[in-house]
Amino acid sequence: MAKVTMVEAVTMAMAHELEHDKSVVILGEDVGINGGVFRATAGLAQKFGEDRVIDTPLAEAMIAGMTVGLATQGMRPIAEAQFMGFIFPMFEHIVCHASRMRNRTRGRLTCPLVIRAPYGGGIHAPEHHSESIEAMFAHTPGIKVVIPSSPSRAYGLLLAAIRSPDPVLFFEPKRVYHLNKEEVENDGEEYPLDMCFVIREGTDVTLVTWGAMMKETVEAADALAAQGISAEIIDVATISPLDMDTIHESVAKTGRCVIIQEAAKHCSVSSEIAANLADQGLYNLTAPVKRVTGYDTIMPLFKLEKKYMPTVERILDKVNQVMEVS
Amino acid sequence: MTTVASFNIDYLQYLSPNGDLVGDKKPNVATDFEHLKSIYELMVLTRTFDAKAVALQRTGKLGTYASCLGHEAVHIGIGAAMAEADVFAPMYREYGAQFYRGVKLSEVLLYWGGDERGSDFSGPQHDFPWCVPIATQCTHAAGAALAFKLRGEKRAAVSVVGDGGSSKGDFLEAINAASAFQLPMVLMIVNNQWAISVPRKKQSQGRTLAQKGVAGGLPSIQVDGNDYIAVYTAVKAALKRAYEGKGASVIEAITYRLSDHTTADDASRYRPDDEVENAKQFEPIKRMRKYLTSQGQWNEQLENQLLSTCKVDVDAAVEEYQNASKLTVADMFDHMYEELPHDLAEQKAYAQSLEEKSNG
Repeated sequence: MAKVTMVEAVTMAMAHELEHDKSVVILGEDVGINGGVFRATAGLAQKFGEDRVIDTPLAEAMIAGMTVGLATQGMRPIAEAQFMGFIFPMFEHIVCHASRMRNRTRGRLTCPLVIRAPYGGGIHAPEHHSESIEAMFAHTPGIKVVIPSSPSRAYGLLLAAIRSPDPVLFFEPKRVYHLNKEEVENDGEEYPLDMCFVIREGTDVTLVTWGAMMKETVEAADALAAQGISAEIIDVATISPLDMDTIHESVAKTGRCVIIQEAAKHCSVSSEIAANLADQGLYNLTAPVKRVTGYDTIMPLFKLEKKYMPTVERILDKVNQVMEVS
Repeated sequence: MTTVASFNIDYLQYLSPNGDLVGDKKPNVATDFEHLKSIYELMVLTRTFDAKAVALQRTGKLGTYASCLGHEAVHIGIGAAMAEADVFAPMYREYGAQFYRGVKLSEVLLYWGGDERGSDFSGPQHDFPWCVPIATQCTHAAGAALAFKLRGEKRAAVSVVGDGGSSKGDFLEAINAASAFQLPMVLMIVNNQWAISVPRKKQSQGRTLAQKGVAGGLPSIQVDGNDYIAVYTAVKAALKRAYEGKGASVIEAITYRLSDHTTADDASRYRPDDEVENAKQFEPIKRMRKYLTSQGQWNEQLENQLLSTCKVDVDAAVEEYQNASKLTVADMFDHMYEELPHDLAEQKAYAQSLEEKSNG
């Protein structure tokens, strides 16, 4: 079994599907011989040919539109948006077509496609390279939105995304692309796209997060353990559709919940989770639900990005607030 | 200074507005009277249908409807030139092309009657549904064409935009994609002179819209879009190139929107009546009838027979549309995903319980 980073796991999943399904193709900017700016498609064009790992002209709307066209005609395209900040020209095709084609044609045409995009801050990137806008997509009916937080989940979830009969937006937290290595068996085993993962069991407080914030969340849980506070950690992983059952179950046990996200607070995925807890889980709660999020500001250029992004201290601050209530 | 590139745009016309064959070379289709008569019949059926659809909207029996009045030659020309295996990516008024390909009249009514089942239409099941966001169908067609090319299939994709749509990024990006990937594709511009209230000249100062294809190095021509023979011949030739692996073409068909943009529009607010009256002398059905009559292929008796058959067919379609089974609230949920997610299943059950209560 190989020890791989998250970005290597992404590559591994795509290679596995290119190998086993002739209808799978990859398309995007610089994904060919160059292997992608984050090396997510490294070696794939060389191994599978430039007809299957396709460098496109520099036109994101075209990439998304062609991805819809390919998917409706029997292919399983994986498109790469080079950065989430460049996904906006694709938005129309995602929201007006990929998400609606099955419904519009009563299932006559479908869009089994994946659009991958590296996202999030913390790598000292230029403007438009650091935002977390997953909520914009989670608000759209008809698509699935998936965010891995570890190499093994990147592998298993991406396999499932590629095989999904419905369109999947797959957002990769690039800050943790190379953070740590994990043993991932290249066995083609997919992970389900309709559930959260309990990463660590605990009894006192539930920490709900996804993507890169898993790193700070785990560190915060370790610090809490040292204080004698037992935190349960949930990786949401698929933010749409959202598996609230797992979260409710955990909160029923702990009575406290802190949601941690890198994205801005207003109308975000944490808002949805908190609203669901208020609606269906209020009587399980000992303390108010708290959120640790980015601010409702423009994501700053990198000199300030560390002050924007939630830190272990900010997580501990909110957890201590809910622990004070008994 | 030297010239590194130059271009010219040809204009193709075989049938003059008077119904005379013009030009030196005449394509075989110009004397294939059995074919032309069947096309004429479909043109008249399409127009009869169109008038009925507008009437249905005016009497509250149909939602907003986009008329195809005056576009019969170009639309049916596209449909007739295409093979069944090709993929059609229309905008939202190319009924003539779609009728030729097997879409039912009643299905068009179903769609404009506010029922998604209209887009689950008959005919080639790989054809794209109507596409309301302007020009986005062009990049879908490019994707379809890439699928055919990657699989080595002898098929092509045909997209349609209007003169307004030719200003949009997706159209231009599709031209570029067709060029970069040498796609088996035909990009049609149905230039009917009006994008709702904005006239052709405000879309671009370019002498033609066809020349936008020149930027991608694609063979690009103008045709008389009211001349079925010209449209059919041009699209056939472009498709032949596509099947032979020679890449995509752009065809600008010059026609005129004799109707309002849709039934929600009133063109008299922005368009002079005399312009419309003038355009009627170039309209496609009259000239085809003149041509067939002059060739001894058509007469008043046949015309009357045709008109009554069309009325029967259209009435039958209206009946079919009006007798469509009732939609239930479940229809809103059932095609969102292959498998309904858990939370959506709960919403569906709730909506169904409300529906049952209101029915009960």
